[in-house]
Amino acid sequence: MAIISLHQVSKRYPGGFEALKTVSFSVESGEMLFLTGHSGAGKTTLLKLIAAIERANGGTVLVNGQNISSMRSAAIPYLRRSLGLVFQGQKLLYDRSVFDNVMLPLIVTGQPYREAARRARAALDKVGLLTREKANPVTLSGGEQQRLCVARAVVNRPAILLADEPTASLDAAYADEIMEMFNAFNQVGVTVLVATHDQQLIGKYRKRVLRLDHGRLQ
Amino acid sequence: MRVWLQHHRLSLAQTASRLARSPFATALNVLAIGVALALPLGVYSLLTNLEVLSRKVSVDPQLTVFLARDATKADSSAVEGRLRTARGVRSLRFISRDAALAELGRSGGMSEVIASLPQNPLPDAFVVTLSTSDPALADRLELEFKALPKVAYVQADSAWVRRLDALIRLGRTAVVLLAGLLGTALVAVTFNTIRLHILTQRDEIELCRLIGATHAYIRRPFFYLGSLLGLLGGFAALGIVAAGLALLNRDVGMLAQLYGSDFRLGMPGPGEMAAVLGSAAGMGWLGAYLSVSRHLLGGARK
Repeated sequence: MAIISLHQVSKRYPGGFEALKTVSFSVESGEMLFLTGHSGAGKTTLLKLIAAIERANGGTVLVNGQNISSMRSAAIPYLRRSLGLVFQGQKLLYDRSVFDNVMLPLIVTGQPYREAARRARAALDKVGLLTREKANPVTLSGGEQQRLCVARAVVNRPAILLADEPTASLDAAYADEIMEMFNAFNQVGVTVLVATHDQQLIGKYRKRVLRLDHGRLQ
Repeated sequence: MRVWLQHHRLSLAQTASRLARSPFATALNVLAIGVALALPLGVYSLLTNLEVLSRKVSVDPQLTVFLARDATKADSSAVEGRLRTARGVRSLRFISRDAALAELGRSGGMSEVIASLPQNPLPDAFVVTLSTSDPALADRLELEFKALPKVAYVQADSAWVRRLDALIRLGRTAVVLLAGLLGTALVAVTFNTIRLHILTQRDEIELCRLIGATHAYIRRPFFYLGSLLGLLGGFAALGIVAAGLALLNRDVGMLAQLYGSDFRLGMPGPGEMAAVLGSAAGMGWLGAYLSVSRHLLGGARK
């Protein structure tokens, strides 16, 4: 069953730039795939459409059977709770500890505190940051910060994980580490969509690859 | 329900800690609101006290009815009969022209002047005490008595109380105006404060939206912030007014003592205080609501 499906989707930004042109594809539940292409090819826009951060100008975007294009804005938060997002430049909050950063999605969705704390620690353990839970994120290395972002994205046990250039600022060893984590989540049934321009990384996994070129899917 | 309560508790705690994190800015904000509220509240308290005072003074509203100089004894008793039967009259005291002259002579320094007069210039008079201090009654009786035969002049002793009454009424209107104006100022102050808080928390708000926070969740802490600022400002206003009245009371006490009275300026009652705190919190909420609608909903899709 397709968990994400795009049909003839196009996106034009104010000013006339056409980021996506009649893109159609679908992702099966439990699949892991890569989205690649040159810088400015529309990878980020595509992920933003799926997460309802941007609205398509034409076509339909279905996620979890819901049509995002015609979704009421009050329903969007509930859609996002089924998504884990690791976006470029997605900020960690530096006014609170590592632990509290991971707690945030659980508090926002109203989990009871004890259960939330247990899950937050489990997520931190999975990315190897449990010993740093009291630290301020500012004291973490780049790789650790990215792992913290991953922990925050998966703590709510999302059905779909969307990652935009998750390894962009990391050296090869850290990048492998992050990729292995995504692979592990995929093993337990999470649908994973990773946008990256790192061909070497893509080559290591035998997964489906979607290639964007100037807004068109090849 | 439990989730809802937990959210509210967390919001409130978060709001309080945010305020506590910048104590100086918070104190200034609260002070600004406090001063804005203290002005109308202070004037209102003074007016209320004045009203109490004027009611104390005018417990015995009186009319003095002066007869014509050529009134005979028969005229005088005819007038007395009419005065006695008039509705709204509690008691009546007759002061004969001779008695009045003697009284005047006793009141010092006048005896020589009086002695030099060829005849008594004073008329007979009745002092009429009314049953209630209703100004309308006094007006009606004044007109009625003026129309009686051989009545030269009717003087209402409560005229100055009525003037004071009118002044107090004027003052009340001014207080309403002042409260309206400064209430608007309060809304503006919270509006701006909330705007700043929203700006400094841009990242967190953006992030919360991405991880599935509802609009209500994102807006809630700001509503608490506005209401809390208003409420604290209300307390500050009460404090300022209490301090002001205490300061004034030292002088009022001395003045009252000279008049043989123990009059003191009193604080507004508990109901009024609650109303002040409630409306201050309400206006803070309104400021927050306007600010949040203006600065948060713009990015609804995000």
